[in-house]
Amino acid sequence: MDFSFLNQPAFSGGGVYLDWVISGVKWTLLVSVLGWIIAFSMGSVLGVLRTSPVWWLRAPATVYVEIFRNIPLLVQMFIWYFVVPEIVPKFMGDWLKTKMPMPEFWNAVLCLGFYTASRVAEQVRSGIQSIPRGQTNAALAMGLTLPQAYRHVLLPMAYRIIIPPMTTEFLTIFKNSSVALTIGVLELTAQARQISEYTFRTFEIFIIATIIYALITLTVTFSMRWLEHRARVPGYIGGASGK
Amino acid sequence: MFSDFDFEVIVSALPFLWEGMMFSLGLTLLAMLGGIFLGTLLALMRLSPFKILSYPAGAYVNLIRSIPLILVIFWFYFLIPIAVKNISGNPYAAGIGPFYSALIAFTMFEAAYYCEIIRAGIQSVPRGQVHAAYALGLNYRQATTLVILPQAFRNMIPILLTTSIILFQDTSLVYVVGLTDFMGAASKIARRDGRLVELYLFAALIYFIICFTASYFVKRLQARYNVGRN
Repeated sequence: MDFSFLNQPAFSGGGVYLDWVISGVKWTLLVSVLGWIIAFSMGSVLGVLRTSPVWWLRAPATVYVEIFRNIPLLVQMFIWYFVVPEIVPKFMGDWLKTKMPMPEFWNAVLCLGFYTASRVAEQVRSGIQSIPRGQTNAALAMGLTLPQAYRHVLLPMAYRIIIPPMTTEFLTIFKNSSVALTIGVLELTAQARQISEYTFRTFEIFIIATIIYALITLTVTFSMRWLEHRARVPGYIGGASGK
Repeated sequence: MFSDFDFEVIVSALPFLWEGMMFSLGLTLLAMLGGIFLGTLLALMRLSPFKILSYPAGAYVNLIRSIPLILVIFWFYFLIPIAVKNISGNPYAAGIGPFYSALIAFTMFEAAYYCEIIRAGIQSVPRGQVHAAYALGLNYRQATTLVILPQAFRNMIPILLTTSIILFQDTSLVYVVGLTDFMGAASKIARRDGRLVELYLFAALIYFIICFTASYFVKRLQARYNVGRN
């Protein structure tokens, strides 16, 4: 194994190949984190709606989840990038096609965010539903309105319960960010492939990419375990039993 | 907007898309069977009291689960030809073809995910069952195959099927190495005819119908299994 190619001047861009690796990590993290912000906020709203007693709040959230869960991410990626600009009204389509800054990047972020939101919604829903009904009833009996019961009783519990599955979801969006390479985002996997094509050091660069992915996964897993420990409610065994 | 939506292009592409769909379904089915078989072995290794078995299995599962599927596909497309040359001793040996390379990559990747499900399934079988099996004079192999695995798999069937639906969706990623699965076929026609909107929306619709129907049946199956159990 010979890692000296990392220090060789890169084919383009002026730097060395190590710069390509660093830039790949940067885009992977940017796409995952921005996508996660969308996924977390939208998924929380959708998850709450899915547990609502009002059918016309529940139905649209269910439809959303079913659609986004049942279409492969790659297909969604292509739809955001190739199809949406064609089927929105013309002035918007023109903006998307010609004026939008970094279209690959933002389409990837939106696609991953909307896709992961459907998965986050299911976790939030199962978290809320795993809380005994008595808690809701007690909250309502104390005179809280239903939104207040969610805000002060259900959600604080639910978010603690779902820390482990939410960690998995974040790691999923982090790994799924590699699908963005299909529309031309030069994230870590894309850079690894590109470097292997220019330097023929396939084995070495794939090892580096693998180690970076594994290290970030490990870091996230351990920090979330720490958070889970900190957020534990005394006297409550917790853990997401799902259902 | 949809005014120039051309159904003709989809109709004429149907035979090609059908071939792609057979590729996707074949890959899914074989990778599922291979993945469950390998996953069971990995799960038994991980639960083994011998560290020489449990450590490598644990390391493999955790490593595969922490890297993206696309990178795994690239890895195997890089490694399989080298392995073929080394095993056959012929430096000019041809590869094993794109379908089998994809099959190996998906089997190895999915095995790690199936392993964790199967491990949980095995652990959910009450310990008393193991003791009872040994007390009856069964050896490890008999206790595992006759007592533990049948009960474990019965509990796991819904989640194994759900994972397989996701596997079916994931097979679309063979696009990155240029294979003609369903999505690959759709994208090749789309580019050839310049009809991205029609083909990609059609592909999305077909995937949706298949996955939605499949998960509906899994849900029904799960509801039936839950009857009479606590």
